[in-house]
Order: sequence, then C-alpha cells, then structure tokens
Amino acid sequence: MNMNYTAEELAFRNEVRAFLDEKLPADLAAKVKGFRHLSKEDHQLWQKILCKQGWYATHWPEEYGGVKWTPIQKHIWDEESCRYGVPRSIPFGVNMVAPVIIKFGNEEQKQTYLPRILSGEDWWCQGYSEPGAGSDLASLKTRAVRQGDHYIVSGQKTWTTLGQYANMIFCLVRTNTEVKAQEGISFLLIDMNTPGITVRPIITLDGEHEVNEVFFEDVKVPVENLVGEEDKGWTYAKFLLTYERTGLAGIGLSKAALSHLKALASRRIKNGRPLIEDTTFSQRIAKVEIDLMAATTSNLRIIAAVEGGGVPGAESSMLKVKGTEIRQAINDLARRAIGPYAIPFVEEELSLDYKGEFLSDENAAPLSAQYFNNRKLSIFGGSNEIQKNIVSKMILGL
Amino acid sequence: MDFRLNEEQQMLQDTVARLVRGEYSFEKRLEFSETDAGFSVDFWKQLSELGLTAVPFAEELGGFGGGGVEVQSVMTELGRGLCLEPYLQSIIFAGGLINQAGNASQKETWLSGIASGELQAAVALQEPQSFYDLNDVETRAEKNDSGYVLNGRKAVVIGGHCADIMLISARTSGDSRDAEGISLFALKADTVGIERRVYPTIDGSKGCDVTLNNVQVSADALLGEEGSAAEVIEYQSGRAIAALCAEAVGVMEIANELTLDYLKQRKQFGVPIGKFQVLQHRMVDMMSELEQARSMAILAASVADEEQSTDRRRVLAAAKNVIGRSGQFISEQGIQSHGGIGMTWEYNFAHYAKRLIMINHQLGDDDFHLERYAALLQAS
Repeated sequence: MNMNYTAEELAFRNEVRAFLDEKLPADLAAKVKGFRHLSKEDHQLWQKILCKQGWYATHWPEEYGGVKWTPIQKHIWDEESCRYGVPRSIPFGVNMVAPVIIKFGNEEQKQTYLPRILSGEDWWCQGYSEPGAGSDLASLKTRAVRQGDHYIVSGQKTWTTLGQYANMIFCLVRTNTEVKAQEGISFLLIDMNTPGITVRPIITLDGEHEVNEVFFEDVKVPVENLVGEEDKGWTYAKFLLTYERTGLAGIGLSKAALSHLKALASRRIKNGRPLIEDTTFSQRIAKVEIDLMAATTSNLRIIAAVEGGGVPGAESSMLKVKGTEIRQAINDLARRAIGPYAIPFVEEELSLDYKGEFLSDENAAPLSAQYFNNRKLSIFGGSNEIQKNIVSKMILGL
Repeated sequence: MDFRLNEEQQMLQDTVARLVRGEYSFEKRLEFSETDAGFSVDFWKQLSELGLTAVPFAEELGGFGGGGVEVQSVMTELGRGLCLEPYLQSIIFAGGLINQAGNASQKETWLSGIASGELQAAVALQEPQSFYDLNDVETRAEKNDSGYVLNGRKAVVIGGHCADIMLISARTSGDSRDAEGISLFALKADTVGIERRVYPTIDGSKGCDVTLNNVQVSADALLGEEGSAAEVIEYQSGRAIAALCAEAVGVMEIANELTLDYLKQRKQFGVPIGKFQVLQHRMVDMMSELEQARSMAILAASVADEEQSTDRRRVLAAAKNVIGRSGQFISEQGIQSHGGIGMTWEYNFAHYAKRLIMINHQLGDDDFHLERYAALLQAS
C-alpha cells in the first residue's frame, strides 16, 4: 500500500501549478470561484490557452492532438484546476463526441471534426434525451428516414445544455422501428444551421437559461454524417455514457466548494461570533468534510485500479451518487450559512463588474440559485436512481 | 378529542380556497410577482372586502376575533395558491405587535387600517449580524427632546418595499444581544432618513433592507414600554411561526399532489414511473413528512394565542423545526421524482419547491429551532 504520489507525479503537479499560476486569467478564476456565470467568450478564451499548452484533449490519442496523461495525472489536473478556479471544460465536443468519432468514425470524419473541436470552430451539444425518453433513453422517438444521400430527421430533443451556443449536435435517432428499441438507433452528426432546426430555451427554477429544447422538422442530414453503422448507435451511445459518467462525481469541485463554504462561514456572524465557531454549524461542515474525505479516497482507489490496467465499472456509478450528494450537501450549507439573506435574489451582484455595496456578503448572491440549480446533479448523466440500478445489477447481481 | 374544523372555521377555509382557486392561477401568480408590488393589489382588496384581512382582529375593529385555528385555515389556503400577499407580515405579525404592545391611541391610528388591508405594515426586526436571533439588535434609538433618533440597519424585510408602516426594533439600552433594552417603534415608511434597498426574493416575492439614518420619530412612535419589547416580539413571532407553518402545509399539499400526479402519468420503460418501488417508497415518505408537518402546524395553531409558557415555546420551536425539515425533504425529493421537468420555471412544482426552502429561512431555520428546543429541555 502506498498512497503517495511518485516523484514524476509530483513534478507533474508542479508543472500544472506553474502553468495555472502563469496562464489562468485572474478574472476568469474569480468568476469560477464566485460561482458567476461564464460567457461563451470566457469558455473560448480558456480553451485557446489550454490548446496552446497542448492540454485540452486529454482523452485523445496524440496523433489527433491529444495529450497522453495517466489516470493519476488526469486526477491531479482535476484537483488543481478546481482549486485554482479553472473554467469547467464544456465536455460535449472534446470529451464526448470526439472519443466516439475516434473509436467508431471514419477517417474523413476524424479529419473533419477533430481539428475543429481543438480550434474551437465547432461548439457541440448533445441530442440524447427527449420529452418521452429520459431515464429510458432507448425509447427515443426522433426519426431519421433514409432518402437517397440524406436522412430526413424529425422529432425533438430536450435538456440540451448550452445548445444556444452550439453549431453542431450529435444525436441519437431512430432508423429502424421494426426491431428491439436498442437495435434501431443510429448516431448522427448534425449541423445546427440546417433548415428545420429550432432551438427553444428552457428557463430553470433559478431563472437561468442553460438548457434547451431542439426541434427537428424534416431536417436533411447528409448520409456521410452517420457515425459507424446504421442501427448500431446504441453501442456508441453507451460508450459515450461511460465517458460522461467519469468525472460526474465532481470531487475536485466539491473540494473547491467546501473551501469556499468555510471561508464564507468564517465571515458570517451568529451569536456575535464567526459562524464557523458555532457548534451546530461547524458539526454540519465537519460531517460533509468527512464524507468528502472518504469519497476522495474511493475516487483514488478507482483511479489507481484504472492506472494499473483495470476498467472502471459500476464503481463509477456508486461514486457519482456519493459525489453528487456531497456537492449538494455543501450547496445546502452555503445557503444556510447566510441565514435570512438566502431569501433576496440580488441579480446585479452576480456580475463581477458590480461596484456597489454588497447586500450581505460578496459571495452571497449566487448561493440560493446555485443550491436550486445543483439539484440537477442527482438528475443528469443518468439519475442517481438509474446509477443505483446499474450498481445493483452489475455489482450485486440483483 | 376532535381535530375537525367547526362549521365556521370550515366555511372560512372554503371561502379562501374558492377565492384562491378563482383568482390565483399559476400563470397569474407569475404576473403578480413581476409587478412593482410583487403581489396582486386586486386580490388583496378582495381579501379585504370579504373581511379576511380582519380575521385575527377583535370584533370592534371589524374583525372576526379569530385565533390560531382561524389563521391556520386562511394561511394553509394561501400556501396552496403560493400567494404573495403580505398576510403574514402585515396582518399577523405587525398587526399582532401593535395589538399587544400599542396603547389605545396607537391602536386607533394603525389597527383598523391594517385590519381592513388599507394600510400595509412590514416588520423590520432582523439585522445583518443577527442571523435569526431577534434579540440581536444593534440598531440604536437615542432619546432626545422630540422623541427618539434611530440609527442602524434592518435586514430582509419581506414586504417592506411597499409598506406604509414599519415596525422597527431598536436598542435603547443594553448590549447587542441582551433581551433587556430592546424597544419597538411604529413609523411611517416614508419618514425622513429611511432608505430602502429593494430586491426580488428567490421565491417570487419582494422585500428590502432598511438603513436608518438619523431617523427622528416622536415619542408616541414607541410601542409599549421603552426597553421591554423583547417579550412582545418573541410572543408575536410565535404567532407568525404558527401561521407560517400553516402556509407551509398548504405548499406541501400541492407539492405532493403534483408529484403524485406525475408518478402516475409519466411513463418510462413502458410503465408509469410510480410502479417503481424506489419512487413508491419516496412518495410514501413525502406523504409521512407532510402528515408530521400537518400535526405540528395544528399543535402550533393551538398554542399560538395561548399565554406565553415554556410549553408554548417548545411547541413553536418544535413545529418550525419539523416544518423546516419536512419542507426541504418534500422540495428536494419532489424535484428528484420529477427529474428535469421539476426544475423548470414553466412548471409550477419548481415554485412550490423554492417556497418551501425559503420558509426555512424565515423566522429561524430547523437548526435555530433545534437549538431553542434543546435549550428548553431542562426548563420547567
């Protein structure tokens, strides 16, 4: 048993720190740490910096411009980048559709799409869920009918994250209705500017526009945009979901959120003393910090197993459940920490350019909205109930 | 023993229920929330015309002489409609403070206006540092020849943005968290030196923080005796807690109805998702939480207008603790049972979920009331 980083890993961590010290723009980090919203331009700026360093595509082979990090190195990157307030990378292109194209796409698709993902020319979004197909994804109904050199796509996708910024969408579509649900699905790459596509915002309970509905009305998609074989899309979809699930535990994000919470609790006052010294509240913080300590180690055990050549299995589902529960618990405490000030929603203070007096605390404004927004963590990427089904089936054999 | 409402109480509740059903659709509520007032001035008028704003007041004020149970009947229905009107702030809390602490002339000046809904009052007791402790008062009131001069800041005054009158606690003596030395003042909200920073609240209402900058009030703005308002404030916040618990029960009822409907309608894997045991058990837990909350709201209503005692304090702390916990459970598990749709602005469930969480931030959260209850364990 050895729980320490090797000399090479420590050297890598220093390299990461030196890079972030030098290259991470301070205002971006401030936005991330203060839970402010990032614009499309913020994301694009950071992507350019990462690409220049060669650290953007960590899941890709080197021949396509990827960087060959070990699982431990990826973990170090995750920890450090969360600690520094690095903008979350938008995964749909680089971490989701790209691995599918690399594994199942043809050479032309690789040559076309991968460079455009690296350059930021394409912003991808995900066309998986439908109004009638959430947890039961295989029941999806969006149809693609072959007509000569095109598929004619009709239907509706939903919960499309940041679809308003995207120019490309990867979609699961039904190409065969005669067979079992899973066997009639294909994986299509669709240009969002094709006539017949409409994007409609979904406003969430915190007033934010993050997700969308995407409508397809007789949309003509060239057949060369089919990935792999027709009707084999479910295999590719599942492959992609394993990529989606890794990282959903959000250990690094929880650590950053916890340190943010502790700083906040040191500034807030209860009974004339800092809230962090209050017995009730400090015990609540202690409990979630202990849970996070355990989950961090569980995460490292999985990473070490993968480093040693293992395959992450249903354990990542277990970690997704624990990890999201922990993050939600931290968000709950941050909201509690500001007491009555959880009630006002002072939108102007969400802007980093805000120069006025803060109603209560410089970081109070986003806290309630963030608590509500992060209820999504236990819903998306396969709801926690679905994750538990996976664990009970794959690990327990129930 | 009989937990049923009597005929009059039932009629009262039915009247409010009908009014809310008719006037307070989800779509209309979103519109009311967007107005300057942040609620429906018209609905408030209707409450007034039906005498509903006068429910807890004595008959000589045109009131109903209603007690905890009558207030509970009204508040539960307002909760079901997610109503934004300042019933809790103005009628229950401010009205109660003046009724208990005010002298005859003060009551005459303010109370009939409040009871008729013509005057809207807000309660400014919390401060930036006070968390939920209403005895934590740093705002000062200095006596001078013309009365008192008030300086300080009041936090999260729900309804304060458009109130005509403000009830403000200020310290005339003692240290910042002493119960002794707190005085209560009733003043017009447009008095010189009062500054309001207005904001929307995350649950669709509006409020403000209040800065008091050398606010000169006359001696007759003082409610009750100088320095001895803590007791009145505690008693009336207890009545407000009982009313808030009743509102919460109404909110939870609808939250659970919506969730149950969804479990029956939403199909995945070829069956309604309510066929999955994990969701069945969760729905049962949500129902049990509601029943626990309902029981505590009933208990709270039964002591709300009783004389102050350790028992009354215990029941009210316990009720608000239960409501806080069950409200959060129903809010979070209801969202989870719905999935993404439970988080959308367009669907009413999300707004019920938000209100339940924010109720926990009004008049003390579950932790605050757990501590209060624990402190009372040894008391006789």
